[in-house]
Amino acid sequence: MSDKAPRLSDPGLPEHVHRKADTDPAAAKKAERQVAILFTLSALGTILFIYSYIWVKTDRFIFIPIMGDQNASQLGMGIGLTFSLLFIGMGAIHWAKSLMPDNEVAAERHEFRSEEADRADFVATVKEQGAASGLGRRSLIKRSLGLSLGLIGLSPLLLLRDLGPLPKKSLEQTSWKTGTRLVTDPSGRPIKPSDLEVGAVAQVLPELQPGQERTLENVGKDAVLLIRLRPEEFELSPERLSWTYQGIIAFSKICTHMGCAVALYEQQTKHLLCPCHQSTFDVPRAAKVIFGPAARPLPQLAITVDSEGYLVAQKPFTEPVGPSFWERSS
Amino acid sequence: MSTGEKVAGSVANYVDERTGAAKWLKKNLTKVFPDHWSFMLGEIALYSFIILLLTGTFLTFWFDPSQREVIYHGSYLPLNGIHMSAAYDSTLHISFDVRGGLLMRQIHHWAALLFMSSIVAHMLRVFFTGAFRKPREFNWIIGIGLLTLGIVEGFLGYSLPDDLLSGTGIRIAEAIIQAIPIVGSYLTFFAFGGPFPGTSFIPRIFTVHVLLLPGIFLALITVHLMLVWYQKHTQYPGPGRTEKNVIGYPLMPVYMAKAGGFFFIVFGISAFLGAVASINPIWLYGPYTPGQISAGSQPDWYMGWLDGLVRMAPPIETHAFHHTISWNILIPGVIVPGIFFTFLALYPFIESWMSNDKREHHLLDRPRNAPNRTALGAFGITFMLVTLANGGNDLIATHFSLSINQITWMSRIGILILPPLAFFVTKRLCLSLQRADRELVLHGKETGRLVRLPHGEFVEVHEPLTDAQAWTLTQHEQLPALELPEVDAHGVLRPGGLRNRFRAKVSRSNAEAIAKPKPDDLKGIEDH
Ligand code: HEM
Ligand code: FES
Repeated sequence: MSDKAPRLSDPGLPEHVHRKADTDPAAAKKAERQVAILFTLSALGTILFIYSYIWVKTDRFIFIPIMGDQNASQLGMGIGLTFSLLFIGMGAIHWAKSLMPDNEVAAERHEFRSEEADRADFVATVKEQGAASGLGRRSLIKRSLGLSLGLIGLSPLLLLRDLGPLPKKSLEQTSWKTGTRLVTDPSGRPIKPSDLEVGAVAQVLPELQPGQERTLENVGKDAVLLIRLRPEEFELSPERLSWTYQGIIAFSKICTHMGCAVALYEQQTKHLLCPCHQSTFDVPRAAKVIFGPAARPLPQLAITVDSEGYLVAQKPFTEPVGPSFWERSS
Repeated sequence: MSTGEKVAGSVANYVDERTGAAKWLKKNLTKVFPDHWSFMLGEIALYSFIILLLTGTFLTFWFDPSQREVIYHGSYLPLNGIHMSAAYDSTLHISFDVRGGLLMRQIHHWAALLFMSSIVAHMLRVFFTGAFRKPREFNWIIGIGLLTLGIVEGFLGYSLPDDLLSGTGIRIAEAIIQAIPIVGSYLTFFAFGGPFPGTSFIPRIFTVHVLLLPGIFLALITVHLMLVWYQKHTQYPGPGRTEKNVIGYPLMPVYMAKAGGFFFIVFGISAFLGAVASINPIWLYGPYTPGQISAGSQPDWYMGWLDGLVRMAPPIETHAFHHTISWNILIPGVIVPGIFFTFLALYPFIESWMSNDKREHHLLDRPRNAPNRTALGAFGITFMLVTLANGGNDLIATHFSLSINQITWMSRIGILILPPLAFFVTKRLCLSLQRADRELVLHGKETGRLVRLPHGEFVEVHEPLTDAQAWTLTQHEQLPALELPEVDAHGVLRPGGLRNRFRAKVSRSNAEAIAKPKPDDLKGIEDH
């Protein structure tokens, strides 16, 4: 081979190559004009912004291909703002690239580690000043200081205690009591079994007693789904079967995984599906988990009818509803 | 002298006589910054943070962080007369009745996505080029802190409007806290001021979102930038670039004009997205109530991986001694993210432990020259991509007509197999690229030109690399693996033998490389 092989050593910074505008005044003038045009476009953008703010009504819509109907005021302001910002930026960068000096320069670096002498000096100073405080000798001060510093962190922690009450039994209780009527959500009407056809689902809540108000905390624990199957479709233990009424079965609507509302019922498969992480519960088998991350079936509410024929709870839930927690016993 | 110069002169004089700043400023205004497109990623993060401060402050003027119940009577008719929280009501007000309000909301949300994306891209750049090595470990840790807090900040912001979608997100966060053994129930009751959802949470996270975390961000970003300034920027290898210098443009005027201009461009792009691309149309979801849900809910992408992990978790809980431990929540929600972020934060120290390299580094690595690190990065990215894909498993299912069941099982298996596979493939790929570099330096570029030798054979002409090209491919050092003898000079087994053996093994894997060409290798060729 005749061609010269490269040397494997640092050849140093490459030669600087000049731009056209560095040497040709006409090119420089042209670049200057381009920068000025960009800055002017930005000013026009601001004018569009001001116009849209003052003169375009907030309830006016215009049709834009692909995007569909758009609010004219928001769109006008947005496009105006976009232009005013983008073109300032483009102008500045074009200016820097075409007209400002473009030779790269070198600066030196130094190691961060201090000189040995300085390091030694520093250590000596710290030792000397430390000795002056007498902390090493006066162990009584040292220990009591340690104690007070250790304890002082407790005060701010303690202050946070009043952020909320203790949970007590709250996570284990709902508003459902023996004989509480099931009412529709949101209209609040009591329901009779005949209101539900086979295959139908309804979301219900416990009926409010006079003077009671419904809070979101209640809804978050009390929400129940009613599903009506044909009685022969159940595969339940005799006890659980006695919790249903004429093919109507009631489950807590709050997912046992992380508490989302289990809202999707597939009539064909008789599966309840939680849209959050797709835990799937099999309704005829007491909401057994057949897929997904939930580890427990949805708690079943025992129901029956009262003397007037309205659906009521036979008794409260027999286990806590919703996601698990440390104190939960099963 | 023009009037402008005169005024500037007397201002400078006034300031300098009171602060002595002239000397410091002169030195720093000419500070040198190396130029490369990948150095703009961190800048984008900084600029989008500033955009978030500006647009967020605008939103606070109308946003009412309260869960007090009100009845809506604004100009969005489909929700007229509906009961909702004041937070949701005021977000509707910003969207429909404040001029430019929806625009600002959308810019705020797009800037938040840009903020998180640029932080991640910036982190990947720093990782793959080895910019985190000594002396820049502090800045790596600050960066991981910003990333983690950014995820929290974004989640809290997303939760503020109290719509059905974001309320569901809060419910899930509550379940994660509640699952923590022993203290979980207490922590949720303290956080929510009682049972979920209560009326305290939105006001509380509002303070955290607009005051506490932005303050911490500001402090961390300041330290981060001061360190970049003081330690000087790293640079890519090339002719004339060494560990002892920085090659680039002076701050004043070139870098200032470019960076300033770039800020406006980032702001302009956010404004454009806010103007034309609808994001988080909360009026379609309705107000939050724990009894309802909107189907097909998707969190922002920086939370999507967590959602994907939760979705693929096996349904395991332990019930014993009247207590419950929810592994199905703790593993994906606490343990795996904890391990991932801890490993990420500690990586600079892990690498220097593997290579036993305690020196300063200012020249960046080409990723192929650090095969082990690059492969680990590919491991992490693949892990995250599998979780993200599983976070959208319902979308993928409908799109490709697969069952969610199938996709979840694919993800469960994929998360175990694909990351190690990515590690292996990437490492081999890096070594092949090293081999290709070696060939290039030794034998030059193929030119496609054929010549006929005197005895009739055809050979292709290879053009040798220039000195500069060859230097760029060979300037890196190749450190040998750590030798940790198990026995000392007297043949006695050293303490910590097992640990040493492990370290030596890891170090060998870390040091694997194709020997780069040395000047002697080239001499041999020329002699032919
Ligand atoms: C890194 C910083 C930040 C991130 C990632 C972030 C993210 C978000 C997100 C994703 C939203 C939901 C927006 C939506 O409605 O679609 C939001 C809402 C909000 N943010 Fe921020 N934000 C940040 C900083 C700030 C700052 C500094 C302020 C105020 C000083 C602020 C004030 C607000 C307010 C008032 C809202 C609720 C109003 C609304 O949703 O329309 N944010 N934030
Ligand atoms: S909350 Fe229902 S599956 Fe996770």
